[in-house]
Amino acid sequence: MKMERRNFLKLFGASAGAATLGLAGCASTPGAAGAGKKVVVVGGGYGGTVAAKYLRMMDPSLEVTLIERNDHFISCPFSNLYLGGILPDLSSLTIKYGKLAANHGIKFVQAEVTGVDAANHTVSTSKGVFPYNRLIIAPGIDFRTDEIKGYDETAMPHAWKAGPQTLRLRQQLEAMKPGGNVLISIPLTPFRCPPGPYERASMIAMFLKQHKPGSKVIVLDANPDIVSKKGLFLKGWKKHYEGIIEYRPAKRVTEMNAKGMAVLVEGLEEVKGAVINLIPPQKAGAIAHAAGLVGPDKRWCPVNPTTFESTVQKDIHVIGDACIAGAMPKSGYSANSQAKACAMNVVALLVGREVTDLSAINTCYSFLSAKEAVSVTGVYKANKDKGTIEAVAGTVAVSPDLSEVEALYAQSWIKNILVEMSS
Amino acid sequence: MRNSNWSIWTLAASVLALSTTVDAAPPTAAMLSNACAGCHGTNGGSAGPSMPSLASQSKVAIVDAMKKFKSGERPSTVMGRLAKGYTDADFAAMGEFFSKQKFHATTQPVDAAKVKRGAELQDANCSRCHLDEGKDGKDDTPVMASQWLPYLSIQMDMYLSGARKMPEKMAEKVKPMSKADLDALLHFYASQK
Repeated sequence: MKMERRNFLKLFGASAGAATLGLAGCASTPGAAGAGKKVVVVGGGYGGTVAAKYLRMMDPSLEVTLIERNDHFISCPFSNLYLGGILPDLSSLTIKYGKLAANHGIKFVQAEVTGVDAANHTVSTSKGVFPYNRLIIAPGIDFRTDEIKGYDETAMPHAWKAGPQTLRLRQQLEAMKPGGNVLISIPLTPFRCPPGPYERASMIAMFLKQHKPGSKVIVLDANPDIVSKKGLFLKGWKKHYEGIIEYRPAKRVTEMNAKGMAVLVEGLEEVKGAVINLIPPQKAGAIAHAAGLVGPDKRWCPVNPTTFESTVQKDIHVIGDACIAGAMPKSGYSANSQAKACAMNVVALLVGREVTDLSAINTCYSFLSAKEAVSVTGVYKANKDKGTIEAVAGTVAVSPDLSEVEALYAQSWIKNILVEMSS
Repeated sequence: MRNSNWSIWTLAASVLALSTTVDAAPPTAAMLSNACAGCHGTNGGSAGPSMPSLASQSKVAIVDAMKKFKSGERPSTVMGRLAKGYTDADFAAMGEFFSKQKFHATTQPVDAAKVKRGAELQDANCSRCHLDEGKDGKDDTPVMASQWLPYLSIQMDMYLSGARKMPEKMAEKVKPMSKADLDALLHFYASQK
């Protein structure tokens, strides 16, 4: 990740001139409203895949290019189930792009984005320069590692982007001697997936209970309290993991000692762990920073709540974890829902039609045990007077209790949303 | 800490966003309905075994279901909470949208003997409302064909426990049936495409 940021700084702005390098092929339908218009989507995760797909579904005359550095994507939602041992591997959480591209006539380009030239409407990549009429950026998150002295993601994996980091954390858990403690360090909000760290504590505790007698999970939360589904997590922890999960609020980790396997809270209090899952504080993905899309907070991207167009750079839209979407949490389902609203309004803007107000949903499940899950929901609309997104009254609510049937629904949730992204 | 951070961001965002606020039409049927697809599949064709397909359901059936979720008359997990976010006009728009989508055929493991028995039961008991082997949803009768077996089973369990209220005509037929026959019927519907 550090490497990638350096690349951006080096290459950004150095590549503008070649704006005329055209896209291969012309899929436009003569006479169609958006004919020949080019939309580039950067990022093949929960937001980007769905944006590209719905753009083509809504206007097949558009040329849509999806640029992603990897040839596959691994879902963060449900990756805690792998850490807990419910999933044997990450294969069921992995999607590829071939079917999506073929089904919808999306041009998929596996390349590293090296810069965005907003003035000339081009995206530079390791595989050439792509011009756009409108650009949708869905870069996810990156980490503010400069806020953790001595940061080293190998010694203390974050596993907050699913993939090698998740595998690494699982290996460390398996290799740990029984009786050792696992630390989970949670950053201040806002971060990707608000209930995610608490689900992770539950899943790791489940693993420890079965395989590592005498071991504990110690949660060091920088926040003053559990930030999502609090009552349900506490209930589940009491029911299943009494004496196994120790929750400590207001413990912000500022420093790590990789050799001594310890972290420092506020530079003072040392806490040791046999395995340490340090989830650093977060910011919008590096591409958003390179493209000059972050706002005054220098972390996240302010957007118009109807169109998701950046309020900093014209004709560039930002969706998913990277954008400031008011009351919408940084979740996979939020990104999915934002992508569709954004796609619809990008089409409208390209053809000069009136845009449509946002109506979006979030639904997010967390597992407490192998058979029990809980959910949080929300329906969201734009408040144009305030320029932000608000929840519709009464819709943001959690499950009344731990639920086996919600665990079944959660399994269908992940199935449907990954199929939607990949076909 | 969290709240004060959020309010600063929200304020910053709103100041910036105001400059580009545009006139916008109220949410269309597609805007409302696409948001459902994360769980119910693109255009309402579900790939998740406990989630129903909404594609090609009748408008009346969708509106009826959403109203009952909202009032709590029909038990649910997330649906009752989400339904509170919408008006009757929104439900109508969603119903219209999904009723126009192509029937979603699924391929799933079914027991051939049960399907055969289910077909007989369908003819004798259910076909007057569940038209065309459950493929045609009319009025408030849902499309049963190709729905996932786990979804159908969960719903049937809710009917039998009384958590979900059966329409009178359905109760007349269902109550005398054995568990094995009901299971056969569900296999039949799941197999139809």
